Amino acid sequence: MELFANQVLAGIATGAIYACMALAVVMIYQAIDHLNFAQGEMAMFSTFMSWQMMQWGVPYWGAFILTVILSFAGGILIERLLFKPLAKAPVLTNVAGFIALFAIVNSVAGLIWDFTIKQYPTPFGSSPFLGSQLISTHQAGMVGVTLLLLAGLYFFFQFTRIGLAMRAAASLPESARLVGINTSWMIALGWGMASAIGAIAGMLIAPVVFLEPNMMGGVLIYGFASAVLGGLSSPLGAVIGGFLVGVFENLAGTYIPGVGNELKLPIALALIITVLVVKPAGLFGRPIVKRV
Amino acid sequence: MSAAEEVVTEAPAVEAVPKRAMTLGYGTSLVVLAALILTPLFVKNFVIFQMTMLLIYALAVLALNILTGGSGQFSLGQSAFYAIGAYVTAILMEHFNVNYALTLPVAGVVCFGAGFLFGQPALRLSGIYLALATFALALAMPQLLKLGFLEHWTGGVQGLVVTKPDAPFGLPLSQDMWLYYFTLAVSIGIYVASVNLLRSRSGRALMSIRDNEIAASAMGVNVALYKTLAFGVSAGITGIAGGLGAIAVQFVAPDGYTITLAISLFVGMVVGGVGWLPGSIVGSAFIIFVPNIAEGISKGLSGAVFGVLLFLVIYLVPHGARQVALIAQQLAAKLKKN
Amino acid sequence: MTTMLNVKDLRAYYGQVQALHGLSFSLSEGSLTTLLGANGAGKTTTLRAICNMVRSTGAVEFEGKPIGNRSTENVVRLGIAHVPQGRGTFTNMTVEENLQLGAITRGDKKNIVADIERMYDHFPVLKQRYTQQAGTLSGGEQQMLAVARALMLRPRLMLLDEPSFGLAPLVVRDLFRILGKINREDKVTILVVEQNAQLALELADQAYVIETGRIVMSGNAKDVANNEDVRKSYLGY
Ligand SMILES: Nc1ncnc2c1ncn2[C@@H]1O[C@H](COP(=O)(O)OP(=O)(O)O)[C@@H](O)[C@H]1O
Ligand SMILES: [Mg+2]
Repeated sequence: MELFANQVLAGIATGAIYACMALAVVMIYQAIDHLNFAQGEMAMFSTFMSWQMMQWGVPYWGAFILTVILSFAGGILIERLLFKPLAKAPVLTNVAGFIALFAIVNSVAGLIWDFTIKQYPTPFGSSPFLGSQLISTHQAGMVGVTLLLLAGLYFFFQFTRIGLAMRAAASLPESARLVGINTSWMIALGWGMASAIGAIAGMLIAPVVFLEPNMMGGVLIYGFASAVLGGLSSPLGAVIGGFLVGVFENLAGTYIPGVGNELKLPIALALIITVLVVKPAGLFGRPIVKRV
Repeated sequence: MSAAEEVVTEAPAVEAVPKRAMTLGYGTSLVVLAALILTPLFVKNFVIFQMTMLLIYALAVLALNILTGGSGQFSLGQSAFYAIGAYVTAILMEHFNVNYALTLPVAGVVCFGAGFLFGQPALRLSGIYLALATFALALAMPQLLKLGFLEHWTGGVQGLVVTKPDAPFGLPLSQDMWLYYFTLAVSIGIYVASVNLLRSRSGRALMSIRDNEIAASAMGVNVALYKTLAFGVSAGITGIAGGLGAIAVQFVAPDGYTITLAISLFVGMVVGGVGWLPGSIVGSAFIIFVPNIAEGISKGLSGAVFGVLLFLVIYLVPHGARQVALIAQQLAAKLKKN
Repeated sequence: MTTMLNVKDLRAYYGQVQALHGLSFSLSEGSLTTLLGANGAGKTTTLRAICNMVRSTGAVEFEGKPIGNRSTENVVRLGIAHVPQGRGTFTNMTVEENLQLGAITRGDKKNIVADIERMYDHFPVLKQRYTQQAGTLSGGEQQMLAVARALMLRPRLMLLDEPSFGLAPLVVRDLFRILGKINREDKVTILVVEQNAQLALELADQAYVIETGRIVMSGNAKDVANNEDVRKSYLGY
C-alpha cells in the first residue's frame, strides 16, 4: 500500500510536467484545430531566453515574467508571419509548416546556446516536500503553478469578453464574424497564449530534465498524450489527463512485469492510439461531428 | 444536432489531382529512365550508393503517396513500416540464410499485414488525429525494436550486420553497381504497378474516398475495406523499401528508424507533390541532398536552412514538384508557339 | 426618406458558378422590406454578399459609405446585424453568453446588462433559460435567441435569413409581431428573406422578388401581394 501511494505521488510529480505541456497543446488546438508539432521547440527556445536573462543578471521572477511576455509576442509574430498565409491550406501543408518551424527553432537554439546540458534554477528549492523523498518542493511548486494556470485560464475563458470571443471564434468562426469578432486575430491570440503557456511549462520542466535544445522532444509527446486523453477541447481535461498519464506510467512501470523504463514511452503512445480510437473526444472533450 | 456537439467542416486533407496529370509523358519517362540507367556507368561508387538510396527513399515516398494521394489518409509513421521491412530482410538473411532477393517479398507481405492491421483503428481517425496516432507509432518503433525478449532476433540496441550481395552469374559489376541496378528494377516494377493500381477500378474507388468519403460510400464503395487496403499496400511497399535499405547500408539498428525518418518521408511527399507519383523521386532527392546542401551553406544552421527551404516550397509551390513540372510544361509550350 | 442601404449591380460567385446576376435594390431608413423567391433563387447569397461572406462584385453602400471592401466583421461593426440561415447559434454556450456575444464589439459596456434585460422583455422564454446551453433550446426558442443576439449589437440594419424556417405557425406569428415592434419602436431597418411569402408580405412595407439571381419584381408589399400573376408564378400561393 505504501509502495502504491508512493508511486501515485511520484506519478503526480511527473504528471505535472505533462499537464503543463498539455495545457499549451489544448490552447493551440482550440485556436487553430491543429496540433503544433513545433510547440515543444518554441517552449525550449523561451526557456533558453529566460536562462540567458538570468546569465545577464536578471533575477528569476523578472526573467520569468519577461520571458512570458516575449513568448506571447513571439507566438503572435510567428502566426502573423508564417502561418496566417497557410490558414486556408490543407492540413498536410500546415503539418509541413510545423515541421519546418521545428527544424528552424531547434537549429537556431543550438547555434546560439550550443548543445551542452545546462543547469536551470528552480525558485521552489529541491528539498523533499513535506518530508517525502518522492516529491520535491520543486515538483510540488510545479503542481501548484499548473493548477494556478488552469484557474487563470478558466477565469479568462469564462469571465472575460475576450475569452468569450476566443471561444466563439474557435467553435463557430462564421457566426463569430457575424457578431463582429475578428477571428483571424483570435487565432493569433491563441498562438500567443499557447506560446506563453509553453514558456511557463518549459521553465518549470527545465530544472528536472536540464536545459538543452532537445529537452522537449520527449515531453511534447506526453503533452499530446495527456491532451488527447483529457479531450483536446478541455483545459481541465488536459491537466487531469497529464496527471493520469504520469500516474499510469509509474504504476505500469511498477506493477506490470516486464515493463521497465524502455516500455514507458510505448505505453504512453499506445494510450494515445487507444484513446483516439475508443473515445476520440477524450474523457472531458466535446464530441466532434463532421459536416460534409 | 444535440447541444454539446461541435460541428466542424473539414477541408479535405489533400486537394484532388486530375487523373491524367498523375504520370509523366512517354518522352520524359524515357529520358528519366535513360538517365537512371546510364549515370552509374560514369560516377564513383559512393555516388552510386547515394543513387541507390535515392531510389529506395523514392519508393518509400511513393508508398506514402499512394496512401495520402490515393485515399487521403495521413501518415507520420512510415518509418515504422520501413523498420519492420528492414528487420525482416536482415533477420531472414542473417539468421536463416535466405537469399536477399527472396526476403523482399516477405518483407512486403509482413508489412502489408502490419499496415492492414494498423489501418483498422486508423479508420476511425482523420486529419490531425491520424497524424498524431501514426506519429506515436513511429516514436514507439525504435523502443519496441530494443525490447529484451526480441534481442535474440533483433540484436537489441546493437542491431544486425547485413552482408552485401555480389552480382550473380559472375557478372562483372561491383557490389554497389549490382545493387543499384537491382534496386532500379524493383523500383520500376513497383512504380508501374502503382500507376496501374491507381488507374484501375480500385484506384478510382480510392480516389473517390479521398475526394468525398460520404459520397463514395453512397455510391457503394466499401470505404472501410479500401482505406485499410490502402494502408496495407502503402506499408507493404514501404517494407520493401526498408528491406532494400537494410541491404544497401548493410546494417539495421533501432536508432536508424526514428521519427526523423518518418518526417523526412512526409516532407518528401509534400515536396514531390501529393498524389503525383513521379514527384516521389524529386521528394526523395530533397530529403537526401537538401540537408547536405544546408550543411554546406551553414554548418551550425543546417536545420534552419532546411526549414526555410521547406517553408519556401509550401509558400511558393504548395503542390511541390508537380506544380514546377506543370509550369515548365506551359513555358515549353509557349516557347514552341513563338 | 433617406436611403440606408443601396445595392447596385451585385454579382456573386461560388467558385466558377455565378449565383447573382446583377442585383440592384435599396432600403430606405426605417423600412421593413422582404426579399422573396423560390428555393435556390439567391436570397441567402444576397445577404451573404452584403456582408462580404462570398466573392462578389458591384457596389454596396451603407448610409452613403461604400462597404464592399470591408471584411465581414467590419461590416457588422458598422451596425449591420445578420441572422444567418440556420441561425448560427453558439450551441455549446449558454443563452446569456450568446446574448453577450451579440454585444461583443460594443464599447458601452454599462448598457449591455440593461439591453440583455430588454431582450428578456421582448422574449420572456429566454429569461427562463438564460443559464441553459443554447443547443438545448427548441427551434423556435433558438430563433428568438438569434434575433435577440442580433439586436444586442444595437444595429441600424438587421438582415434575417428565413427566420420562419422550421417553426410552428403560431411561433412564426409571434416572431413576426416582435420584428414589427422592433422596427417601429427601436427604429431598426429590417430586410427579411422569406419563402413564406404570405406572412412576410403582411408584415413588410416593401417587397422584392428574385429569381435565379435577378430581381423580377419590386414595389409596395400590398401591391405585390395583390398581383395575382406574381403570386402564382413566383410565390406559389
Ligand atoms: N456553397 C455553395 N456552393 C456552390 N453553389 C452554391 C452554394 N450556396 C448556394 N449555391 C447556389 O447558389 C444559388 C443560390 O443559392 P441561395 O442563395 O442559397 O438560394 P436561396 O437562399 O434563395 O434558397 C443556388 O443555385 C445554389 O445552388
Ligand atoms: Mg437560403
